[in-house]
Amino acid sequence: MKALVAVKRVVDYNVKVRAKADGSDVELNNVKMAINPFCEIAVEEAVRLKEAGTVSEVVVVSVGEKSSQEQIRTALALGADRGIHVEVEGRPEPLEIAKLLKGVVDKEQPQLVILGKQSIDGDNNQTGQMLGALANMGQGTFASEIKVDGDSLQVIREVDGGLQTLKLTLPAIVTTDLRLNEPRYASLPNIMKAKKKPLEVTNPAELGVEVKSHVTQLGVAPPPERAAGIKVEDVAQLVDKLKNEAKVIS
Amino acid sequence: MPAPLLSRRDLEFYLYEMFDVEALATRQRYEDHNRESFNAALDIAEKIAEDYFVPIRKTVDLNQPDWDGEKVVMIPEIKIAYDAVAEAGLICPDQSYEMGGMQLPLVVTSCAMGYITAAASTTNGFHALTAANANLLETHASEEQIETWVPRLRTGEFAGTMALSEPQAGSSLADMRTKAVAQDDGTYRIFGNKIWISGGDHELSSNIVHAVLARIEGAPPGVKGISMFICPKFLLNEDGSVGARNDVQLAGLFHKMGGRGQTSTALNFGEGEGAVAYLVGEPHQGLRYMFHMMNEARVMVGTSGATLAMAGYQYSLDYAKERPQGRKASSKDPLADPVMLIEHADVRRMLLAQKAYAEGAWSLCLFASQLVDDWKTHPDEVGRTGAFELLDFLTPIVKTWPSEYGPKANDFAIQVLGGAGYTNEHPVELMYRDNRLNPIHEGTTGIQSLDLLGRKVPQNGLAGYQACLSAIESTLEAAEGVADCAPMLIALQNALGHLKSTTEVLLGSMLERDIDLVMANSAKYLELFGHVVVGWMWLRQGLIAAQALTAECHSDDTAFYRGKLQSMLYFARWELPQTKVWADLLSDLDDTTYTMEAAWF
Repeated sequence: MKALVAVKRVVDYNVKVRAKADGSDVELNNVKMAINPFCEIAVEEAVRLKEAGTVSEVVVVSVGEKSSQEQIRTALALGADRGIHVEVEGRPEPLEIAKLLKGVVDKEQPQLVILGKQSIDGDNNQTGQMLGALANMGQGTFASEIKVDGDSLQVIREVDGGLQTLKLTLPAIVTTDLRLNEPRYASLPNIMKAKKKPLEVTNPAELGVEVKSHVTQLGVAPPPERAAGIKVEDVAQLVDKLKNEAKVIS
Repeated sequence: MPAPLLSRRDLEFYLYEMFDVEALATRQRYEDHNRESFNAALDIAEKIAEDYFVPIRKTVDLNQPDWDGEKVVMIPEIKIAYDAVAEAGLICPDQSYEMGGMQLPLVVTSCAMGYITAAASTTNGFHALTAANANLLETHASEEQIETWVPRLRTGEFAGTMALSEPQAGSSLADMRTKAVAQDDGTYRIFGNKIWISGGDHELSSNIVHAVLARIEGAPPGVKGISMFICPKFLLNEDGSVGARNDVQLAGLFHKMGGRGQTSTALNFGEGEGAVAYLVGEPHQGLRYMFHMMNEARVMVGTSGATLAMAGYQYSLDYAKERPQGRKASSKDPLADPVMLIEHADVRRMLLAQKAYAEGAWSLCLFASQLVDDWKTHPDEVGRTGAFELLDFLTPIVKTWPSEYGPKANDFAIQVLGGAGYTNEHPVELMYRDNRLNPIHEGTTGIQSLDLLGRKVPQNGLAGYQACLSAIESTLEAAEGVADCAPMLIALQNALGHLKSTTEVLLGSMLERDIDLVMANSAKYLELFGHVVVGWMWLRQGLIAAQALTAECHSDDTAFYRGKLQSMLYFARWELPQTKVWADLLSDLDDTTYTMEAAWF
């Protein structure tokens, strides 16, 4: 069984994100980039399934600029077998990514597609679901446990009320939640071995997908700084301010 | 968000701008490498440091290793971190692929391991010593011995030590008494007591391989009669499995000011029939072999001193930016908002001193790592021998300046935090305590200074000394006409002049005057030389920064390079002028300390 894992290059979760001085975008100069944490969990799950003998090959795919190959190679160092880089300029939105992944799914015919539930930069939580619709596959989102059982897949999902168990027919799509697993660390020797693993580069035209953006980013601004507090004279003044200035009570 | 252990921007400055490690990919050993794999190594080391070492830093300090009369007891977290380092391949990133390494250039290895040192300098000491022990065996042991021991040391299955000091012979190895008795089967039995053996006993690995110095019966006295032996804690069975306990007993643990992640032990060899040991190389050559390891260990000690200085600087810098306290002298309104600590000029003075010491020392240590690399992998013979000559000459300075000025930087870090820095709520006092070992072990500052003045300067017709001076002079030439570097150019030229004239006086006096008097102030000579060398490193950094600023830079980069230039200025204006005072004392053969008598104290 072949597993396809999608990974996204994002600003490392440890980095304090800043807006550019001109407010046009997020500052990326000298900023450490990494695999989106939820995608890392997706890679780990696929590698574990391979180690358990359930999956025979783990293919990792990333849609993005050339630098995304770094994240593919990180996934290869974590245990994936080969990589596919779909090279696009700029920052594609979820629907474009889903369409491109659909192209890869058509070509690779995986039985299982694992994605992070959302990326920590866009926070859209859309790509997996859109891919499910485009590829006409069942989807188990926010997975905290998955188990392959013959032709089907059991997915335990984290939902508001607790845990929900689904049974999906393969091929299927899974998006990972935080508690699915704890990703391993790549080892230094495996980083070097990953350099020898195949990494295929393709593009939207080769996949027969037209990339068209529907969203324009107007600006990026940091949250307003909290203003200094003031001392009120008495309770009456406090109530007055809460009522008329802050308007939090009526 | 917590303070970073180290500044990644700064590490990248050394790697890609100052030491140009990407160019190393043209050497066969490093052909698989590029910036991406270097950064990946840094990423992994940083993660392991943050996930496994930072969280236990304080616990380790509060729970030093204990001896229950039978074995060493340590908190279990140390073993978890020990294993994580081994699994990530961080015991020996610089070693060959076949040995489980990554063939990472040493400069990059130093930066990667810097993260672990910054997080918990001493807990990783087990692995650092093991790597050094394996390097020693790989160079001097027989093929069979290498096959038996080295691969298992490289994976961390076995740990390694070096056992030199004895109760009556610490720095003075000539007085060593431990005895080795030859057996009919070609092995030896060792009898004697060793102390201060770091990692001498613990339960982290299935075996411990001691590299022991001892005298074969009938050997000549002094350092010429010392041989080196492999003496394991457990003997190996025919099939290589770990077998019976050897006659090496833990006699006790030392309880230290810092460094509490690492055991420091007293070991008794041969309480019974003698500890089984295997001679390494030729008899009576042990000290020479050990010094092979010692030179690496000395660079490692300097690097540790510099790294802890960097870590303390980052921590106190972050604190000074976040902590509001007091108002400026110019502020007349007592109700005005307090300013951040960093707004106070005196706090910036202490931060700048730390930056100047830490980054000056760190760049010197990375330069030494680059020389080690060139000595081993430079494509041409001249490059290799030149690198070795300069490295050999600089070793006492690389060991000493960072380990003397590193704790000074940590002292400022504590001061920046004030009372908070004096408590264990913050790690700066721990860094100071950990760092305080560095001027002591692997040859004290005093011993290093005797080595520099008595041996390294005069040896081979001043070859190493001249090589060092001409390297400095070529940087001075390159700095001519660079406006941003002008104050440093003048300050360093002056300091270099003081160094040269002092050296001439001292070398001349060695032939005519009481040698004990000439050597009496050697520690100051080393400090003077150290300042010149670190000033040189700052000028090199300043030249890169000045050049970078001529192009259009991102505002973050402009700030970074301005910071480098300002630190260089600090070193030029506040530090280098002191060389004049020291040079005067030295050139006058000042005898104030020399003529002081014991009875007068």
